[in-house]
Amino acid sequence: MTDAGKRDRGLLRVDQDECKGCGLCIEACPPHVIQMMERLNHYGYRTAVYAGAGCTGCGICFMVCPEPGAITVLRLTNRPAGRFDSEAEGAKRCAGN
Amino acid sequence: MSNATEAEYEVAHGRPKAFYENFERKDELQHQTHYCPGCGHGIVHKMLAQAIDELGIQNRTILISPVGCSVFAYYYFDVGNVQGAHGRAPAVATAVKRSQPQSIVIGYQGDGDLAAIGSAEILHAANRGENITVIFVNNAIYSMTGGQVAPTTLLGQRSTTTPNGRSAANEGYPLHVSELLATLEAPVYIERVGLGDNRQVAQAQHAVRRAVENQVRGLGFSLVEVLSPCPTIWKMSPVEAQHWVREVMEKTFPLGAFRDRTKDAPAKAAPPAAPALEDISRILGVADEGAVEEIDAEAKGAVDLQVRVAGFGGQGVLLLGEVLAEAGLHAGLQVSWLPSYGPEMRSGTSNCHVRLAREPIDSPLVVHPDVLVAMNEPSLHKFCASVPPGGWILYNGETVPAECERKDLHILARPFTHVADELGDGRAGNMVILGALLEATPILPQASVDAALGQLVKNPRWLALDERALARGRELLRESLQGVCHDG
Amino acid sequence: MRRQLMKGNEAIVKSAILSGCRGFYGYPITPASEITEAAAQYLPQVGGVFLQAESEVAAINMLYGAAAAGVRVMTASSGPGISLMQEGISYMAGAELPCVIADITRGGPGLGNIAAEQGDYHQVVKGGGHGNYRTLVLAPHSVQEMADLTALAFDLADRYRNPVVVLADGFIGQMMEPVEFPQTATEPRLPKWAVAGTEESRGNLISSIYLEPDKLEAHVRQLEAKYYIAQQREARAEEWRTEGAEVVLVGYGIVARILKAVAAEALAEGLKVGVLRPVTLYPFPTLQFQKLAERVRVFVVVEMSNGQMLEDVRLALNGARPVEFLSRVGGNVPSHGEVLELVRKLARQTLPARQPEEECVGHV
Repeated sequence: MTDAGKRDRGLLRVDQDECKGCGLCIEACPPHVIQMMERLNHYGYRTAVYAGAGCTGCGICFMVCPEPGAITVLRLTNRPAGRFDSEAEGAKRCAGN
Repeated sequence: MSNATEAEYEVAHGRPKAFYENFERKDELQHQTHYCPGCGHGIVHKMLAQAIDELGIQNRTILISPVGCSVFAYYYFDVGNVQGAHGRAPAVATAVKRSQPQSIVIGYQGDGDLAAIGSAEILHAANRGENITVIFVNNAIYSMTGGQVAPTTLLGQRSTTTPNGRSAANEGYPLHVSELLATLEAPVYIERVGLGDNRQVAQAQHAVRRAVENQVRGLGFSLVEVLSPCPTIWKMSPVEAQHWVREVMEKTFPLGAFRDRTKDAPAKAAPPAAPALEDISRILGVADEGAVEEIDAEAKGAVDLQVRVAGFGGQGVLLLGEVLAEAGLHAGLQVSWLPSYGPEMRSGTSNCHVRLAREPIDSPLVVHPDVLVAMNEPSLHKFCASVPPGGWILYNGETVPAECERKDLHILARPFTHVADELGDGRAGNMVILGALLEATPILPQASVDAALGQLVKNPRWLALDERALARGRELLRESLQGVCHDG
Repeated sequence: MRRQLMKGNEAIVKSAILSGCRGFYGYPITPASEITEAAAQYLPQVGGVFLQAESEVAAINMLYGAAAAGVRVMTASSGPGISLMQEGISYMAGAELPCVIADITRGGPGLGNIAAEQGDYHQVVKGGGHGNYRTLVLAPHSVQEMADLTALAFDLADRYRNPVVVLADGFIGQMMEPVEFPQTATEPRLPKWAVAGTEESRGNLISSIYLEPDKLEAHVRQLEAKYYIAQQREARAEEWRTEGAEVVLVGYGIVARILKAVAAEALAEGLKVGVLRPVTLYPFPTLQFQKLAERVRVFVVVEMSNGQMLEDVRLALNGARPVEFLSRVGGNVPSHGEVLELVRKLARQTLPARQPEEECVGHV
């Protein structure tokens, strides 16, 4: 994976503990790459989950999500990996799918 | 996805820093909000938190939490937090902002809170142009209390207190808060936005940021009304509720900016700096410096003078008493002055009680005056019997009516107002009569009377007239005493 | 110090500013309007805020905001306005916010009239708003005390983080007497708990909400503990010529002044009469009453109400001595003559030391 052009521009993470499964992000997502999980989470909600590919990083799912940190949207950088603190921070603050 | 790949991404949209990491003020489930799935409050909270982050004002921000579903906004925002009474957030915000002008004060209210119980507070805060930001979340229903009708409930919309739907005949029409407030002169920015689809959400985010930024720039009152879904009370899925905002609610509450003076509004002036602490007593007029020296009151005889002055408003009744009391104070005495107070206060009559004494004064109410000053006949009638034997009645009239005649005390009846007319102005009649009183009860040195008059009468022309009037009054009393002697 | 002739209502404002008050939010009402007017004149000159609110409801909630932001703040009103403020007073007590409220009473209920009455005792001294809280209440009987007790009120409000009411009648507010002020003004200080829009205060929260029953109970108990301490430390009463007194007249505000005049005359007649004047109405000076009860034959409560403080006097004495009561209402003032007549009657009676309570209501 050395060619950035082949990768998605965006990447989505949904915190499975924080998500309440309202589905607004699924409705809002322009490329329709968010789905509802079949199984219930620890609190009894069916939560949203990233389909795994196709995210453009537009961020609209983040804005329509009523929970402060349930959704984190990342964008592809053109820079070499591991250079920015924000990546580490983002990863820390947001449980991956 | 491999770590190597993930490392090539950076966070573009993530939890705003203006939110707490963990909601420790919540008793349980501290990792998520208390809002129902799909609730608009969470979305508006996020917009607000984003704006606080972007404007770099987290330390300065004070959020006023309302009563309603967003009562616990303080659980989430890592800013200064004040929770207020139902509907009063604009009043609370007003005083917080004025007390700490450098702070950024954001009132957050729902429709029951702002548009019903707090309608007076929001109207007047807006009308004063308070430099605050108000986020008004309109979901057309009382949600926290279980779905009763709100001022913003749509016609025909069912609620637990409009079981057959809101009717204009019984509940009136949906209240258009933004339009209403936009009739006022002071607000700088009022916009209604919605959470009905992606485009609306983007516009709402923009409006919230602008409403906060206006305050940062010192422009004045900004309000954003957000049409917001309440899936639980509306009994809809979150997605249905979102559609309802766009397809139904928006028809009653059209979106758009109803006031936008963001471009031309001038920044409000900073409040003037406070004076130095040592200047305060001078500003209040209570500093020792500049005080009139009291006369040394030692080694004088007992004094207990009780005076009642009565007449009509405009006859200078209160001033007469005040000069007497002020002169007594200058002469080192204890004094009290009590204006007539009560039902008669507004009926045109005016009277006051004055006491001058060597000892501390027990009651300021004069029941048995040593001197009654009656500026007119009704006052004479009312109080003539209250004067004890040996006392004085000074009556502003030619002759005392027969029923007020008393042989056991001194009476001086003169048309004092006419006497003052001859001196130049009938309004100085009160000072003529005071001159007579001072002559009849010789306990105050002239220097004290002069000092009192100088303090209370600032106009030089009036001061000169009052001095002449006082002297004439003293003469009248002396003449009357001589007359008594001659007659006797 | 310089003595100045001044109205009680003006003295309150000057004393407040000297005590560091920098916020006044109010709504005009007779007979308290001079306070609001004086505040409008002076507060802007000292870097403070004056605002005439749209209602008493808004005014008290502005006090809530200003106090939350760490400013010494006050308002002034009279009966009908105080009724409207009860919501905010309850919130402030619950959120433990200090403030000073001057209640210059008038006649009620309803619109009543604008004459002086003491019918606000219950709503001010017993709470008035909802919930388990108290306000501390100070009752000046002279213009000098309007100044001194206002200064004390600000200190108590901060010390106990609780609203303090200066309860005066229209007479004390309207009359002029000589008054002296301290020459050094108190510097306004920002309390640590305030929400001031700064980095240091960012973590602070002002709220009266305790959702969990256990937490609210703990909060109410903590308020109670505060009031208990106030009862131990702050109760005040003035005893006036009570040495050797057999009959003790009890009253506050303008009534106390009349009682002193009556007692002076009764003493001159050889009657053994003194005056006990509660200065703090909450905490009530129960101990002073109990101590006097050991050597006094009868207490006479004189009130310009239908017997509101009377209840506290009875509670304090707890049956130890008879309590007589003379009441005037509606704006009428107990006359010197009618009180003196009652005193003469009681002083001549040779009552045994401990006889059951007997009441004489002297409606005239």
